[in-house]
Amino acid sequence: MTTAKAAPPRSEDHDPDHRQGWNFDSLLILTMILLLMFLLQGPIRQGLSAPAMQSWMTVFVAVALQALPFLVLGVLLSAILAVFVPPSFFARALPKNPTLAVPVAGLAGIVLPGCECASVPVAGALVRRGVTPAAALAFLLSAPAINPIVLTATAVAFPHDPQMVLARFAASLLVACAMGWLWQRLGRTDWLRPAAHRSFDGLGKGAAFWGSVRHDVMHAGGFLVLGAMAAATLKAVVPASWLHTAANNPVVAVLTLAILAVLLSICSEADAFVAASLTQFSLTARLAFVVVGPMIDLKLFGMQAATFGRGFALRFAPATFILAIGVSALTGAVLL
Amino acid sequence: MNRQAQAVLLFLVGVAVFHASVTDVYLRYVKAGLRPLLLGAGIVLIVAAIATVWYERRRLRTTQDNQPGHAHHREPRVSWFLVLPLFALILITPPALGSYSGMREGIALPPPPGFAALPAGDPLSLSVLDYAGRAVYDHGRSLGDRPIKITGFVAYSGDGTVYLVRLLLNCCAADVQPVKIGLTGQIPPVLEPDTWVEIIGTYTGHQTKDPINDGVIPFINVKQVTPVPAPPDPYDSLGS
Repeated sequence: MTTAKAAPPRSEDHDPDHRQGWNFDSLLILTMILLLMFLLQGPIRQGLSAPAMQSWMTVFVAVALQALPFLVLGVLLSAILAVFVPPSFFARALPKNPTLAVPVAGLAGIVLPGCECASVPVAGALVRRGVTPAAALAFLLSAPAINPIVLTATAVAFPHDPQMVLARFAASLLVACAMGWLWQRLGRTDWLRPAAHRSFDGLGKGAAFWGSVRHDVMHAGGFLVLGAMAAATLKAVVPASWLHTAANNPVVAVLTLAILAVLLSICSEADAFVAASLTQFSLTARLAFVVVGPMIDLKLFGMQAATFGRGFALRFAPATFILAIGVSALTGAVLL
Repeated sequence: MNRQAQAVLLFLVGVAVFHASVTDVYLRYVKAGLRPLLLGAGIVLIVAAIATVWYERRRLRTTQDNQPGHAHHREPRVSWFLVLPLFALILITPPALGSYSGMREGIALPPPPGFAALPAGDPLSLSVLDYAGRAVYDHGRSLGDRPIKITGFVAYSGDGTVYLVRLLLNCCAADVQPVKIGLTGQIPPVLEPDTWVEIIGTYTGHQTKDPINDGVIPFINVKQVTPVPAPPDPYDSLGS
C-alpha cells in the first residue's frame, strides 16, 4: 500500500495535465482571504478597539502609507535604470578605480530627492547594471541622508544649531564612503544575491519595465509591511520615560538614540524634527540618531534583505550600525 | 503568488491609496503635503496592475505556456503581507492618534524662532503650539489679559489633571509628539477624553512639569468650553 501511495505524486510531476490538480491557485487564495476579511470585519474591528491596538494600527498604516510613494519613486527609477540606461553609461560616469568610485557615488547621493525607501531599489538596479557594489553601497547609504530635502529639513528643525546640518552631511558621507571601502576590502560577491531579473531579458522594453516595477513593488513592499509592523509594535511597547533616564549618561545617550533610530524607522525627511524634540539628549546623541536612522532601521533591513539577499543584510546592517555610531561620536566631538 | 494574483493585489492597494488621498482619510496618517505623491503612487500601482494583466495575456497567447509565473523563478512569497495594510486601510481605517498616544509621551515644545506681533481680534485665535510657546518661552508677555481661543482634544493625566492637547506631526503618525496645555478655571464637570473642544480663556503663569520628560507644561485659565467637530487635519505641524 505504501509504495502505491508514494508513486502517484512522482508521476504527476512529469504529467503537466495532473499538475493543476492540487496546486492551489494563489488568485483563489487571495480571493478567499479578502472575502473572509470582509465577512469578519465586525468581530476583528471589535477585537482591535482597545486604545493601544488602535494606535498600533494607526502607526502601522502611517508608516506603510508614508513610505509607499517613495518606494514607488525608487522602483520607477530603478526600472528606468534597468531597462533604458545602458550599462556602458555607468562605466563612463564612474571612475574606473573602485577606490575613487566610492566617494563619487557617495556624493552622487545628493541628486536623489527622497528618503531611504527610494534609495534601496535604485542601488539594487545599479548593482545589476554592473556598477561596482562598493560604489552602489556608498550611494545606498548616502542618498537618503545628504540630499537637499533632508538637509533643509534638518536646518528647519535645528534653527539655533546650524552646525548640525554640516555635521549630518559630513558624518553621513563619511560613513557611506567608509562602508564602501570596507566592502571593497572585505566584501565577497557571493554574499550579494540580487533578485534575478534575468527573466525580463528576452522581452520588449514595455514588458521589461512594468515587469520590473511589479516585481520590486511586490517584493520590497512585502518587506516594508513587515518593517512597519515591527516599528509600530516598538512604538507601542517602549515607554517614553525610559529615554529620560538614558539621557543623563553621555555614552548611554548616544547608544540609546542610535538604537531608537533603528527601532522607530522614521523617514529620513522627518527624523530631524523628532531629534530636535529630544531636548534632554546631547547634540552628539541626536546627531547619532539622524546619521544611523537613514542608513539602517527595521524597515530598511527588510528592504535590503529583499533586494540584496538575507546573507548580505545580516552582515551589512551591524557593520553600518557600529560604524555610524563611531563616526557620529567623532563628528560630534569635533563639530558640535 | 502568481502574476494574476499580484495584479489584483497591486490594483487593490493602488485603489485604496488613491481613495484615501482623494478623501481626507490620509490626513489621519501622514502630512497634508504628501497628497500629490500618494495620488501619483496610487495611479502608478493601478497602471502597473493593468500592464501586468496585459503583458501576461499576451505572453500566454504567444507562448502557449499554461503555467503562468512558474516558468522563470518563484515569485516572492513575502508579497502576501501586502494584504494586511490593504485590509487595515479599507476595512478598519483606524482613527487618528489621540489622547492615548498624547499622554504616553512627554510634551514637545521647541523654542519658537521669534514671537510675531499678534493680530487684533476678540477672542484671539491661537494654535495649541503657539499659545504654549508664548506661555513658556515668553512668559505670556505678548498675551496679557486678552481672551484666547484654542482648539484641541481633551486628555487626562494619571492624577486627573485635564489637558488640552494637539499632536505635532512632521511626516507621518509614527513621529507625532504632543503639545499639552493644562486647564484650570471653569472646566465642565464631564469631559470625555478625545473630545474635540474649543476653549476660551486667559493666560495664567501657572506651570507644571511633565513627569515623562520634565518638560514645562503651561496652563490656561478657562472661561468657556464648547465641543466642536474634529478638524479635517487633526495634527499640527511645525512648518505652518
